[in-house]
Amino acid sequence: MAMEIRYSNVSADYQLGPIRTKNVLDDVNLFVKPSSFTAIVGQTGAGKSSLLKVMNGLIRPKQGEVKIGKYSVSSNNDPTSLKEVRKRIGMVFQFPESQLFAETVEKDICFGPLNFGVGLSEAKEMAKTAIYQVGLDASFLPKSPFSLSGGQKRRVAIAGILAMKPDILILDEPGAGLDPIGKQEILSLIASWNKNNKLTTMMVTHEMDDVAKFADDVIVMEKGKIVFHDDVRTFFADLNQIQSWNLDIPEARRFQLLIEEKTGVSLPKICLTVEELADCLIEVGLA
Amino acid sequence: MNKLIIGRYLPGTSLLHILDARAKLIAGFYFIFILFFAEDWPAYILLWSFTFWVMHLSGVHFKTYIRGVRPLIWLILFTVCLQVLFTAGGEIYFEWGPVTISQFGIVSGIYIFFRFVMIIFISTVITLTTKPIDLTEAIHFLLKPLRIFKIPVEEISIMLSIALRFIPNLLDETQKIMDAQKARGTEFGKGSLFQQMKTLVPIFLPLFVSSLNRAEEVANVMEVRGYQPNARRSSFRKLRWKWADTLSLVIMIFLTVGLLIMNTIV
Ligand SMILES: Nc1ncnc2c1ncn2[C@@H]1O[C@H](COP(=O)(O)OP(=O)(O)O)[C@@H](O)[C@H]1O
Ligand SMILES: [Mg+2]
Repeated sequence: MAMEIRYSNVSADYQLGPIRTKNVLDDVNLFVKPSSFTAIVGQTGAGKSSLLKVMNGLIRPKQGEVKIGKYSVSSNNDPTSLKEVRKRIGMVFQFPESQLFAETVEKDICFGPLNFGVGLSEAKEMAKTAIYQVGLDASFLPKSPFSLSGGQKRRVAIAGILAMKPDILILDEPGAGLDPIGKQEILSLIASWNKNNKLTTMMVTHEMDDVAKFADDVIVMEKGKIVFHDDVRTFFADLNQIQSWNLDIPEARRFQLLIEEKTGVSLPKICLTVEELADCLIEVGLA
Repeated sequence: MNKLIIGRYLPGTSLLHILDARAKLIAGFYFIFILFFAEDWPAYILLWSFTFWVMHLSGVHFKTYIRGVRPLIWLILFTVCLQVLFTAGGEIYFEWGPVTISQFGIVSGIYIFFRFVMIIFISTVITLTTKPIDLTEAIHFLLKPLRIFKIPVEEISIMLSIALRFIPNLLDETQKIMDAQKARGTEFGKGSLFQQMKTLVPIFLPLFVSSLNRAEEVANVMEVRGYQPNARRSSFRKLRWKWADTLSLVIMIFLTVGLLIMNTIV
């Protein structure tokens, strides 16, 4: 079931021991359409991870509330309702392979479902489905997660989240630290779950090419505030604004601008991927 | 985990922050030493006043110290219970085999409790106001005389500084892994003791794995950069002894004198 996400005037502090960082989220209002794919971009420390963490109550808002479907996270939640929320939200942290702990891949994937009250045999079924979903196969289930390669560990960790059958998938830089091919595969898988299972997806990334290729909408964060939230084409239209946020543009768009400058011909639309650019070039007769 | 205050450094500009790490370390150990000579209430009042004064000087909020004691409260109460149950003397309120609850037992239990809390407060003051790297430098300096007994002082201090250096990383990592497991439905601090113990496995195992990996990385990097364990080395940071450091030790002497006077008067 697709759920909508709505932040109303959410502010949050970061508290670690005696050290408190104020307003890591500063009066954030946000509405995320069900089944959409949203990319979150911004400088390090802008509050991207915090925006995601507040959704399942790992950081509690000090003001405002986050509504996820009929559930809500606010400063006065009781812990049991948080568990319901967490069951609905699959959260893939940065470097999720660091959370692997069980003797076998199967046990590790079953950990989430079992915590949320699923029976053992059903959890094993879910683990099996999940391991195929991340592009591995059942032969991995009895292996030790620590014996796998980096990319495989990452997939197993993500499978552990998918097995919870969440309605919302949130990912914090899921491609970081992987080789380019492994990264593209993971991102394509994420995009396919979003398309096929109507899984509402929010992903933090630093790669504008990935934003262009996969996202429907883009959120730009700066100093704990959302400074932009619109669809991806609007986002890449205004170059000056992108530069003012210290962000990059996709390769294809950069190439398009270069071609337009050199030939004086302006292409009919904003091209975000290589394929689009090729089509446009054919259309105007440059290729 | 993020409630662990002891062993953390809080940057600041208080008088205590400026003191030489060696002075603080000597004074701290000395304070713990004279603590064991306090035998009556006036002496305790004197020592507590000193403790509060120092805590106030550190410029850190009092609540922070209380929070520092909280994780250790069970250890303290356990020790206090042992003391209460196995000390005899004075009026006996309850007796069962070797176990007695007596007047002396209760009094010494109360003393032990206050002594324990004072030790924690004073050590917290030292770590909160001293950069870990200065602390290791000071320990290195104070251990130097042990070289004549063929104790590997250099190695001990480098081990110590590496360990201290990675405490924040370990805490951050613990926090991250706890968050990740919470997102997978783990509830900490709920259910029976056994269930609570079980929730620790998914935290500690990944922590061990990453610590071992990191230890290997650090060892490799040191090896590659030509680290030699037994080489004589000079240090980049120089601790500087100032008049205020001498003064702080003089204050400790006054404190001792005060304590001696109270012990003889009462
Ligand atoms: N472990 C932490 N301890 C203290 N402050 C933190 C911690 N993690 C994040 N913060 C603070 O929260 C703010 C937002 O961080 P974060 O949400 O992680 O940003 P991003 O994911 O965009 O890099 C930062 O300014 C940072 O100082
Ligand atoms: Mg982040």
